[in-house]
Amino acid sequence: MSCDLTERYVSGYLDGELDLVRTIEVEAHLKTCADCARELEQQQALREALRRSSLAYAAPAALRNRIQASLDAASAPATRTPEKASVWQGMQIWRWAAAFAVLVLCSVTAWQLLPGLRAPSQNQRLAAEVFASHVRSLEANHLMDVVSTDQHTVKPWFDGKLDFSPPVEDFASDGFPLVGGRLDYLEGREVAALVYQRRKHYINLFVWPDASGSRAAPAMQSQQGYNLLRWSQGGFHFWAASDVSAPDLAEFVRLLQARLSPESK
Amino acid sequence: MPETPKREHFEQSVLPHLDAAYNLARWLTRNEQDAQDVTQEACLRAFRFFEGYQGGNMRAWFLTIVRNTCYTWLSQNRSPGTNEEFNEEIHSTEDSGGASPELQALAGADRETLRRALEELPDVFREVLVLREIEGMSYKEIAEVSSVSLGTVMSRLARARTRLRQALGAAMGKES
Repeated sequence: MSCDLTERYVSGYLDGELDLVRTIEVEAHLKTCADCARELEQQQALREALRRSSLAYAAPAALRNRIQASLDAASAPATRTPEKASVWQGMQIWRWAAAFAVLVLCSVTAWQLLPGLRAPSQNQRLAAEVFASHVRSLEANHLMDVVSTDQHTVKPWFDGKLDFSPPVEDFASDGFPLVGGRLDYLEGREVAALVYQRRKHYINLFVWPDASGSRAAPAMQSQQGYNLLRWSQGGFHFWAASDVSAPDLAEFVRLLQARLSPESK
Repeated sequence: MPETPKREHFEQSVLPHLDAAYNLARWLTRNEQDAQDVTQEACLRAFRFFEGYQGGNMRAWFLTIVRNTCYTWLSQNRSPGTNEEFNEEIHSTEDSGGASPELQALAGADRETLRRALEELPDVFREVLVLREIEGMSYKEIAEVSSVSLGTVMSRLARARTRLRQALGAAMGKES
């Protein structure tokens, strides 16, 4: 090994971060080269001086208190205005009770007669969760736990982490390469999140089992500039979230649906 | 995740790394009050993103958030002209410049001289030295926190050590 190379690797050697072959090469060179041996000595002396000087700053107690207080604020449930007892005492309670009973009756009737009414609220709530997960995955620098464009690497990664095996497909040739995956959490359960790329944009595809096994056609909605597309197919729920245009996202979903439908196999 | 178990879990797994978080913020902002503000902000962000954490190295995950919060803060608050955008490739040519101090001098450098020399290094070099020499992180962990490759960690650290030695040499030359 030359002096140039040793200069490059002596830091890694000092840190014990070189592989075995490099370590042996560096050691062999250090035995024969006084300059490089001196360089190593200097780096060691610097390290010892740094360690000896206790340069670490400890978090002040005041900061710990501040953080506890801000966590209290962040984790407090939304506070409701307490009911005023005087309101109930002063009002004719039976009129309220009657009005309430009518309201309950109407709601129950509507609930039973119009199943369609139920779906939007559940989907709205889920849309908010999917949207939040998508944004968080981009903000927190935590888009992927397994980084790979190979579906045969990504799919086995989920083994043992989930109680199901998500379908993992790659659409690189169609302009939607698979770039990785991670675990996420939706509807109170762990789900698979597959990450695809469309030019500079990311698509998060959330997948989890659908017990009902029903097939639901894709439905698009947008939330704060992001497009969300949901559907069910082949025993799985799918939600795709991205800031790509609605036609691009629809194209992606069309490709995926075609790949997953039994006819294409 | 319901709020109370989440809060408990967060306090047990993230807050033990609060000293490391504050230390990194303190070295990157170079100011006690700013470091406190940034650390608090980073804690809140970590708490918000906590559901997104799916295992792995908790300290590295948390310090990644602290580091990003620091740089966001610095880009918004740093007065122009101080420690301007740093280009490693251009500046690396300076490495061969100043002379290294003698071994004995290096071994005898006192805390204040070291602290000042480290504080005056460009952000990327200060960051990598703090993570390696003060926090004792592995190259893999540093690569995760700083979002760079292992190779970059190694070359950055080598340059950072050379620069720090030169800065110490200059500081001690002035004293004597």
